[in-house]
Amino acid sequence: MSSLIAQTITITGHGGDEIEAYEARPASGHRRGGMIVIHHLPGYDRATKEIVRRFAELGYDAVCPNLFHREAPGAAADDAAATARAKGGAPDDRVVGDMAAAAAHLRALDSSNGKVGVIGFCSGGRQSVLVACSTPVDAAIDCYGAFVIGDSPAESQVKMTNLEALLPNLGAPLLGLFGKDDQHPSPAEVERLAEILTANGKDFEFHSYDGAGHAFFAVDRPAYRVEAAVDGWEKITDFLNRKLS
Amino acid sequence: MCTYITETIGIAGSGKGADGWFRLTDATVYFDHPVHAMADHTLNINFANPAKGASSRVAVELTAESARALVAAIQSTLDAAPADLTT
Repeated sequence: MSSLIAQTITITGHGGDEIEAYEARPASGHRRGGMIVIHHLPGYDRATKEIVRRFAELGYDAVCPNLFHREAPGAAADDAAATARAKGGAPDDRVVGDMAAAAAHLRALDSSNGKVGVIGFCSGGRQSVLVACSTPVDAAIDCYGAFVIGDSPAESQVKMTNLEALLPNLGAPLLGLFGKDDQHPSPAEVERLAEILTANGKDFEFHSYDGAGHAFFAVDRPAYRVEAAVDGWEKITDFLNRKLS
Repeated sequence: MCTYITETIGIAGSGKGADGWFRLTDATVYFDHPVHAMADHTLNINFANPAKGASSRVAVELTAESARALVAAIQSTLDAAPADLTT
């Protein structure tokens, strides 16, 4: 899938708001699934857009809504993230609404096979689980999302409540990719999440990597761990081949 | 991890951003992933004027050691200045 088309588009998100999104699609006309990419707290940035294009290269229609568009339309990603953070971040109900809109956008494409997955990194990992518990999707991937289990610190201005009460509603198979050196989520929290999902009869598979901490997929950060990231992408590719084909 | 911890305070002064000097009204302080610094987490400060738009911002990302050194330097500088000028 070396040929692809990437562009900025507008989708109608939560509450009827027009928000910016980044879309990448294979140039070929084959029918395929769609992938929603949820950006991390540092924003709708270049690294996230590279991930969107990677999913197109893997053969999926992919879209990443700008969760901070409302706070700072047209601003640079880092400025928008700083502004959104100062205002408390993107509320969960708004995130779900925006991602449901992204899913509808993907399913309406002529190339769609009707299936849509969602992936998020860091804060987006938690939001990926949130979305899969709140709106219909066919696959979900959580890359080291903190506060799926356990709340954000009380002093946080950006409130992140845990998702434990929502987990019985998880409506899609979940792939979780974690670092064993990460403390948010900690290995104990990952284990607790697995216990809850098992108790609720959910379809999930978790992989935790030795020698990796938080953000091991981030190629432009010191946290990057090449072995975990390469294997993680192989796990993602295999999971989506099974769930979105 | 994303710590989500953010302190916001009102401030008075000026900063120089991409478009020159502007009046500062707010500062946010948090310890989280940087955008540019080569560290997993940094002490990040945004000196801003939100009323002028998201880009009216002077941002710094400091290692924890650097941030503590800065705090000490600010405090010692204020302490050394004549009290009648700093109250």
